[in-house]
This record gives sequence, C-alpha cells and structure tokens, in this order.
Amino acid sequence: MSDYKTLTCADVSIGDKLPPLDIDITTGLVVCGALATRDFEPVHHNKAAAVATGLPDVFMNILTSQGLMTRFATDWSGPEAVVKSLDLRLGAPNVPGMVMTMTGEVTAIDSDNSTVDIAVVGENNIWGMHMQGSVQLALPQEA
Amino acid sequence: MTTEDLKAFEDKIYAFVGREVCPPTPAKDAVNGAMIRQWAEVIGDTNPAYTDDTWAATSSRGQTIAPPAMMYVWGQEGFAVTTGRAPDAQSELVNLFNEHGYSGVLGTNVKQEYFKETSPGDTVVMAMTIDNISERKTTGRGPGYFFETLATFTNQHGEKIGTQRFKVLKFIPQEQPAAAASEETLQVPTRIASPRGHDNKWWWEACDAGKVLIQRCKNCQTLRHPPRPMCGECQSMEWDSIESTLEGEILSHTQIHHPKIPGYQYPLICAVIKLAEGTNFMANVVGCEPSDVHIGMKVKGVVEQVDEKTMLPQFYPA
Repeated sequence: MSDYKTLTCADVSIGDKLPPLDIDITTGLVVCGALATRDFEPVHHNKAAAVATGLPDVFMNILTSQGLMTRFATDWSGPEAVVKSLDLRLGAPNVPGMVMTMTGEVTAIDSDNSTVDIAVVGENNIWGMHMQGSVQLALPQEA
Repeated sequence: MTTEDLKAFEDKIYAFVGREVCPPTPAKDAVNGAMIRQWAEVIGDTNPAYTDDTWAATSSRGQTIAPPAMMYVWGQEGFAVTTGRAPDAQSELVNLFNEHGYSGVLGTNVKQEYFKETSPGDTVVMAMTIDNISERKTTGRGPGYFFETLATFTNQHGEKIGTQRFKVLKFIPQEQPAAAASEETLQVPTRIASPRGHDNKWWWEACDAGKVLIQRCKNCQTLRHPPRPMCGECQSMEWDSIESTLEGEILSHTQIHHPKIPGYQYPLICAVIKLAEGTNFMANVVGCEPSDVHIGMKVKGVVEQVDEKTMLPQFYPA
C-alpha cells in the first residue's frame, strides 16, 4: 500500500519502549503552536502577559502539548493506528530555551480489541515533568 | 470564614454543577486541510493520514483525517479572546471563587476520548457543562476545590465524535516558604557564573564591557591567557593587556551532549581557538551546524549577551 508501516498487536509487547523524542521549546514553537490551535490567550504569544503571571516568558499551551503527545505515539505506531484516548496530567510549563524529552512505554495490550496503552512522559530539562499520561491506540487487525 | 459562611459559599458553588457553559455550537469553520496542514507543520507531525491525500486515498480510511488532538481546536473562539471572553457559567463560577479568595488557578488534567474520526468537510459541534466540583481539599498550593468541565463533541450528523474532561484547581494562594516555592517563583537559569578572583576579575569585567583582553608581560611583552599573576617566560609580575581582534582558527573542538546543563543551548560546541595574537582561547562555536566545525576552521568572535546575566565571547564561522 505504501512505505508507511503500521504496527499490529502482534508486533508489540508490554514494556516496549518508544523511541525518545527531544523537542526544542522555542518561542516559535510556543507562539505558532498556540496560533495553529487557535488559542489566542495572550500568555501564549505576549511575553509581557506571561511575565505578569509570574513566568519568565511565553509558555506552551495545552493543545500543543496534546498534539506533541499524539504525534509521539503515532510516529511510533504508524499512520493506520487510530487514537482512542489521550489523558494527561499537567506539570511545569514549557518555556523557550528548554528542551522537552518525551519517553514512552507500552503498558497494556488488548488483543481482542486490538488496542495498546502507552504511558508517556514529557520532561523538560529545567523544571522536570511537563506532562505525564497515557495514549490509547487502536492498531489494525492482522491481515 | 465561619462554618455557616463556608456552607453558604459551598451551596453557591455546588449550584453550578450541571450548568451549561455553552450549548451545542457548530465550529465557525468546517474541518479543513489548511488548518490541518498548519497544525501538522508546527507540531512536526508527518503522519500522512493528516496531510497526504494520495496516501490517504489508498489507506483503510480512504481519505485524510483531522489530527484527533485538534478536536477542541475547531470550536475555539479566535482572536477575540485577546480582549477578554464573553461571560458564561464557567467565568461566573471562577469569579465566585475569586471573590472568596480562591484566586489561584491551575489546570491539572485533561482527558480526551475519541469515538469517531473527522475528515475535511465535517463540522464539529461542541457543547460544554460544568460536570462536577470536588469537596474542599488541602493541596500543595493551598486549600481549594477542583472543578471539571465536560465538553461533548458531535459531527454534523449528530454522531458523537468525542469528549473532553478538563480539571481545574481553584485555590487560596499560600505564602510559600522558600523550600516549597512554586514554579511561579522560578526563573529560567542562567549560565554558570564566571569565578572571579583577585587575578582574573579584571578580565571578566572587560568581557562584561564587550572586550576580550589578553594579558601582556610588561617586561618581555609575552602574551598569556588565561590570566595569571606571573609571566611564564621571565617571571615578571608586571603586566598590562591588549584587546584581541577575536580572529582565530580552531585547534580542537568537541560537542557536549550530556549532561545537559540548565541555561545552555544545545548543541553545545566547545573549541580551543588560536587567536590571531597567538594565545589560545576556549569558547563556544555558534552559528553553524556541529558537523560543519573542523580543525583549521577560521572563526570570528563577538562578545554577546548569552542570557540575562552573562556576556561571553561567541565564535562564528569567519
């Protein structure tokens, strides 16, 4: 069908690690991520507004974090996977100049429903945990 | 606050449970390829299910889909929020909390479930209610209440496509002891401060002023760096200095990968540079890919402010 491969449950074991992903938190990513998710709250594009809330600079909006988390999961699974749920706990803000490292691990496999649960952590190098949670993917049934 | 006052306040806030924040409202724009592409570019998501029509036509879906994490994006109000939001049940509840001292706010959890994918042309309809409010809790931030909104998403056919639960803590901000200071008081770290002692303080102070100086023996004119009290050639302790042109050539270099030290930008390249004046100098090389850096490379330094507190010479490809 294409060059893109999608995992099936048979390819996956509990404890499998996803390839880690480093995200450079830049002003561009913070501001453009906010705009691409139509989030015009000033704290995500106006440094003065962010500073007024006690932070040193603009910070990443939740919708961008959600996007990065689903990207991380489907980069690994391949494009035929269907995202079923995304559950995340919010931690420290992502501020320009930081690097967020995302890591993940398969925690559950349901072969009957062809779903896998992945625990994901996004940790920045300055303040630690930015987000932590789980993504559930439905993988294609084996051919 | 007396027990009666607390009871009266809680009666008021719990009356918000079940209230509608917004009725089912169709998004201003249908799901569309332009917004999907913009999202995919910024998020760095190359999933062909989102942006590659040719691939998608042959996939099991038969067409492209919107990234599921965009579900809430379609119903966003837009640029108007820069000047404030229209009042609704949620803002009324927030105001009520604020008036009673629960002015702190912290989004703590967001959970989305997806039942059906959307594709360009679909219309996402969102409705939101205040789903639940916790009992009064003692939290690390201060005493407060968690409230949770429930957004329900349907498509133009009335089919349920997903839900979102968003939990927010409203709390009475506490005076935090230093050890328990919250993120709000933290600053983005600056680089490790230069150690300034009797023999090198003058050098760093010149650097603060934008100059790189090289120490020179007053007796035999030999240049030396880093700064030290005595000439290695003639043992004279009399010295002055000249200003470097910061033209140089890389003698040796390395890239620091780990540990990533707070305050530094990576990739971090450190090089020993032979300055035109003859002394060697260690500094960062910037403005090029790590793979471009090589021994013998001509570089030119500029003293720059690299963070809030630090001036440092940075060397660029000449």
